[in-house]
Amino acid sequence: MRIRFLIGSAAFAFAAATMTLSAGAEPVALPDEPETKGRAIAEETDRRNKGFGDTRASMRMILENAYGETSTRELRSMTLEKPNPDEGDWTLNVFDRPRDVEGTALLTHARILDPDDQWMYLPAVKRVKRISSVNKSGPFMGSEFAFEDFSSTEVGKYSYKWLRDEACPEPVADRTCHVTERFPLYEHSGYTRQIAWTDTTDYQPRKLEYYDRKNELLKTLALTDYNLHQEKFWRAHDLYMQNVVTGKSTRLTWESYEFGTGLSQNDFSTNALQRAR
Amino acid sequence: MRSTNLLASAAAFAALATAATAEPLDVRVRGYVEPELQAFVESGSQPEQRRWNASVAAEVSFESFWDNSNQWVIVKPFARWDMRDGNRTHVDMREAKYARAIDNWEFRIGIDKVFWGVTEAVHLVDIINQTDLVESIDGEEKLGQPMVMVSTVQDFGTFTGYLLPYFRERTFASRSGRPSLDLPVDETQTQYESGAKQNHIDFALRYANTFDIWDVGLGYFQGTNRAPLLLPGLDAGGNLVLIPYYAQAKRISTDIQATSGAWLYKFEGFWQNQVGEQHLQATGGIEYTFYSIFDTASDVGLVAEYVWDDRGANMQNPFANDVFLALRWTPNDAASTAVLAGTTVDLDTQALGFSIEAQRRFGEDYFVSLEGRFFANVPRRDPLYSFSDDSFVQLRIARYF
Repeated sequence: MRIRFLIGSAAFAFAAATMTLSAGAEPVALPDEPETKGRAIAEETDRRNKGFGDTRASMRMILENAYGETSTRELRSMTLEKPNPDEGDWTLNVFDRPRDVEGTALLTHARILDPDDQWMYLPAVKRVKRISSVNKSGPFMGSEFAFEDFSSTEVGKYSYKWLRDEACPEPVADRTCHVTERFPLYEHSGYTRQIAWTDTTDYQPRKLEYYDRKNELLKTLALTDYNLHQEKFWRAHDLYMQNVVTGKSTRLTWESYEFGTGLSQNDFSTNALQRAR
Repeated sequence: MRSTNLLASAAAFAALATAATAEPLDVRVRGYVEPELQAFVESGSQPEQRRWNASVAAEVSFESFWDNSNQWVIVKPFARWDMRDGNRTHVDMREAKYARAIDNWEFRIGIDKVFWGVTEAVHLVDIINQTDLVESIDGEEKLGQPMVMVSTVQDFGTFTGYLLPYFRERTFASRSGRPSLDLPVDETQTQYESGAKQNHIDFALRYANTFDIWDVGLGYFQGTNRAPLLLPGLDAGGNLVLIPYYAQAKRISTDIQATSGAWLYKFEGFWQNQVGEQHLQATGGIEYTFYSIFDTASDVGLVAEYVWDDRGANMQNPFANDVFLALRWTPNDAASTAVLAGTTVDLDTQALGFSIEAQRRFGEDYFVSLEGRFFANVPRRDPLYSFSDDSFVQLRIARYF
């Protein structure tokens, strides 16, 4: 039961086998009770991403502080879908920029309830180091994205509550979105809750709000530039995270998405971590 | 200027491996240039030694991947020029290898670097590569090692075999270099236990696997020990010098890490048989990280490790009964700022070592690190006594391209 988000995963997908935007519009039967309805919406998003197999993609992040100064991060990401619902997906990220961390790589074997297994490869000393994965709320590469914003987001990691239906945010304001609250059930989250705007036509998220431990609005994420891959899987190629407290922001863009590239478990071992390119 | 004849052969080899692939190759070139300044707190023990030093290092890496990234060639030469120390002015081929992955197998041939181990303070079980001691006295810089490596990932673990056909001598500072041993090391008189000397063929085996929270490694090494015994002798002019003696060793090692929440528990140890004597060394400890302290983005990590040698205090090993404590602060900012402060206490001799390292990025391509290493209360019988007047502060500014 996975809703893959962002990394390796910018995954929210879609089962309709046609290219037209109205393709997913066949009505989804949802229960009435707000808690089960919220969960059913998440399950529908998850169902539409099943069977993606494996992906390769390149990511760029532009970090901007409150004074408009920017810095760039680039990495390549590989993901292997684990079809067994008791296992999380596997991802391997290799950093290209900044240059001083080039070749550093991060391998994650995601779990459902237990903490993920994570290994870091440090190319200067050729060392593979198993690292703690409890660092959910820390910034990823100094960006406004936290590690938990990237991790494999299983349906079961949250409880849900449907709030209302309303017009989706720009640029798809002509559509209707389900607005759902979700509450992290896993340990060490930096959030009390998140609010998600899920497009009723394709069940893709258009916007997310993140509320910090004091239950105050911390960040908003806008997901745009959706592309349909393999005539089946939607991926947002532009994710813009704004920190409303600090005024900092991060724009994350995905390029050259490839599906079905023939990756296997062998490409997600600690041996593969050392040769990843 | 010391140079290695490996350089030429490795370059030729790399050219050969590249030429063998027929298709036009996409070669990626990366590297850095890093000027360095060092200031020493005290005057040295040798008249040739100075209070300050300037130096510059550069490393370039040429990488080419093809066959869906299942075959690749990497050539990575390194060079340093040092104002004071002729031994520190050196060139080394850090890597020059052809590698190929086929399903769950990986093959490498050429010069490469391999790391074994889990601990932070000392790296006891790391044996494949020779230490490039003139680069840093922390022993973390390594010389490229010629090897043939075969590795396979199976359900029951990862097995790797290494054939090591050529031995690299450890680098030592010259009489004018700092930090250095008070008696200079005379490498012209280097001795080997094996009649084959540098051409003795060493080999090593490694098994590694992950069991839930446990990462376990087992290693075996047979060949020329990377750490020399330093024997007192005389040079041609009748001056007292240290002569490196490289013994043959058999070594069984293990390294284990348990990762549980924010705690890392670590252990490394080996049993070694060398010049008719057997001995054990071990190290272990914990690493704990306070993430997002006070609801900020900052992390604070603690490392505490203990190092042990069953021979007790001895002149060959400065870390026979030592405690190491360190604190790491990472604000997780866009500049990747990090500060690491550590101390070592020798429980036998009460010798103290302190180190502090601060680093951050400037712009996109500059990385600056400031490092201080200080020694205090080191008695004459401690193997680190030579370094006790070599406390220093060092600034490095790397420009990446």
